[in-house]
Amino acid sequence: MDRVTIRIRSTLVDDFRNKTMCPVVSEPSPVLAISTGNIKTSSEIKNMDALVLQLLNGLDKGGAYALIALGLTLIFGTLGVVNFAHGALFMLGAFCAVAMKQLLTLSKLVKDESITFFDAFKEEPYLKIWFGDTGAVIIDYAVPISILLAIPIMLLIGLALERGLIRFFYKRTHAEQILVTFGMAIVLQEIVKAMFGANPVPMPPPEIFAGSADIGSFLGLGNSVVYPWWRLVYLGFAGIVIAGVFSFLQFTTFGMVVRAGMQDRETVGLLGIDIERRFTIVFGLAAVVSGLAGVMYTPIVPPDYHMGMDFLVLSFVVVVVGGMGSLTGAVAAGFLLGILQSFASMNEITSILPGIDQIIIFLVAVVILLVRPRGLMGRKGVMES
Amino acid sequence: MTDNSNKKFHLSRRRLLTGAAAVSAGAAMFGGSPMGFVKGAWAKNFRNDPGNNSFVKFGFNVPQTGAYADEGADELRAYYLAVKHLNGEGDGGMLTTMQPSSLKGNGVLGKKVEYVTGDTQTKSDAARASAKRMIEKEGVTMFSGGSSSGVAVATQSLAQEMGVIFMCGLTHSNDTTGKDKRRYGFRHFFNAYMSGAALGPVLKDEMGTDRRAYHLTADYTWGWTQEESIKNTTEALGWETVNAVRTPVGAGDFSQYITPVLNSGADVLILNHYGKDMINSLTQAIQFGLKDKQVNGKNFEIVVPLFSRLMAQGAGENIKGILGTTNWNWSLQDAGSQAFVKSFGQEYGFPPSQAAHTCYVQTLLYANACEMAGTFYPPEVIKALEGFKFDGMGNGPTEYRAADHQCFKDVLVVRGNENPTTQFDLLNVVQQVPRAQVEYDPAIFGGELGPYEV
Repeated sequence: MDRVTIRIRSTLVDDFRNKTMCPVVSEPSPVLAISTGNIKTSSEIKNMDALVLQLLNGLDKGGAYALIALGLTLIFGTLGVVNFAHGALFMLGAFCAVAMKQLLTLSKLVKDESITFFDAFKEEPYLKIWFGDTGAVIIDYAVPISILLAIPIMLLIGLALERGLIRFFYKRTHAEQILVTFGMAIVLQEIVKAMFGANPVPMPPPEIFAGSADIGSFLGLGNSVVYPWWRLVYLGFAGIVIAGVFSFLQFTTFGMVVRAGMQDRETVGLLGIDIERRFTIVFGLAAVVSGLAGVMYTPIVPPDYHMGMDFLVLSFVVVVVGGMGSLTGAVAAGFLLGILQSFASMNEITSILPGIDQIIIFLVAVVILLVRPRGLMGRKGVMES
Repeated sequence: MTDNSNKKFHLSRRRLLTGAAAVSAGAAMFGGSPMGFVKGAWAKNFRNDPGNNSFVKFGFNVPQTGAYADEGADELRAYYLAVKHLNGEGDGGMLTTMQPSSLKGNGVLGKKVEYVTGDTQTKSDAARASAKRMIEKEGVTMFSGGSSSGVAVATQSLAQEMGVIFMCGLTHSNDTTGKDKRRYGFRHFFNAYMSGAALGPVLKDEMGTDRRAYHLTADYTWGWTQEESIKNTTEALGWETVNAVRTPVGAGDFSQYITPVLNSGADVLILNHYGKDMINSLTQAIQFGLKDKQVNGKNFEIVVPLFSRLMAQGAGENIKGILGTTNWNWSLQDAGSQAFVKSFGQEYGFPPSQAAHTCYVQTLLYANACEMAGTFYPPEVIKALEGFKFDGMGNGPTEYRAADHQCFKDVLVVRGNENPTTQFDLLNVVQQVPRAQVEYDPAIFGGELGPYEV
């Protein structure tokens, strides 16, 4: 009853407002003419804005997908192992950043006098006590600094995983590989949960990257095209890592041997090269790539122990679409699917096809596999023998 | 000879049995108190009757794994404390402030309270399986737990089927005491409708009547009902709803849903998200500069209708200045809240969350209803809870409405604290909205409670 009354009242107010506004509106004025002109252009710009924003978004998502899929393809292409623990490696990378932050903010507990009914403590980081503002700046840059921690740790984890578990499954079927790596992922997840809890951990980016970049003004599109600085950093970072991996494989002797091994493992072995050892290192490298993807992702989505699983299925779809064993394919498919997913979430599209944003990736995968059964850039013979 | 001795033995055993039966019958006739008979009058046959046991068992079914595991852990802490206080250990907590109270601190109806715990995994099927185990294998007379409305609705209907009372933990969907309400389910926590009704006037004061709202909504029962309730409230204020977009639960990266907000012409973003989704969407919305944006000549605002301190911890700095509602906050100054925070703080070293509060209160309310009814027989306990009016439990005078088993009490409108003085001081209470303002007619949501006897 009350709500009805309020509604009636608000309609009356609107009527009153419209009536009083009428003469002003009907009077042709230069100001009004300009403003209508603006509205027209702004609606055109609006669509343009939305496209630019979703494109950026897609590139950004694609960056993350490509990084994870790159590691996955590396492992698949070299060792022939379907690694379902790959998402967990991404998550472990993210938690390297969390651990680093906790390390940097190791605190002295100071009794909190404002809480009287139980003993509560405030935390004062030692870094701040010892170094003052410099300490605060170091803490602020916790995420980029954790890259230094993540590289050796992820390398070690990768090597340990390969030597300790995966190598026993080279000759086994893919189904068994999937089961054991999936089991490993659950174990890793539970360890992280026991250590860091189940709640997402806030990991703010460094202060100077906290806001968003006014890309609209830069491109001359108006001020509604803004994009978070950190996401741009992530995109750049993904580009650098991808370029790094490709040049490593392309321009070093080690990379050449690995590529040769991916093509024909047996012949490389017959040439007297210990290809097994090199593949172990590649596994470590793949772990580092996905770990770094995880580290830099923490300011975008606060990490929790389950974040790897959210990416796992998606990254497999990316690998399949890109073509099993093709590194370029994985990167291209990563960006392609990221962009498609972003565009599919636009309101103009979801209003015609509700829910399309959630299935687009799988839809595209189905279509691509029907048209090109080996994926976009799949090599002959991979997963076919 | 052998035959004879056998006969003799046979006779003596028979005599012994007859004698024993006569003695016990006599004892029951003359030795038992008349009250024994009155109590026994209800004790027809009900599931998990503690009978002559010296203890009674409760089941605490909370998410111990999955996205809400931290919230589940806090709920468990509260249940342990409630059991402790019911059994007369510790400082008594809210037992000392609850009004009226039939609790004596000697267990429930003289029986010591024991408990079993289960893991819902925040999944309806796992929650039902766990609850079923508690009822069938462990023999619990009541079970409780929460953190997801989907789970609450599913376990509540199980409670009705099996005739064991379910005291809901944290569940905020209108459906729990609306279209899916059950005779055997009770909710102390507030709901989406009440959040909307409480937020309305505050939104009007703070943001005016000429606003354009954009909703992002978690795509399940709770999200839908909250979106509807908030929409009704804001549209009644004169606000326009620009768009309401459903987002998949657990989307992780919400950027593709947030970017369309930037140029939609909206000047308020309403996040109907909870838990991890809320932490992610809020963090990302702020990274996209929405909080510092100016649209239509006004400051862009973000509203999170359902807040919790645990979520505020996850969202970190981003929560500052954001408006929302909460069922209860540890900073309240009434005697009940203070007593509870004190015992919880002393036990665990930090203050309780709203989830812990509602679970603690629910356990006490059930125990008290058993004392009032003088039995564990569910229909009588249900009748004692229906329409029960109480105070001293942290939310002012409260009533368990008989028509839909929803508690009616004051609702808190809160804002993320801009300058926290302690690490727990994350939310500021903006207004304690009086109960009268959030009340509604139970008929608007429909649903049937179902029978007392099952």
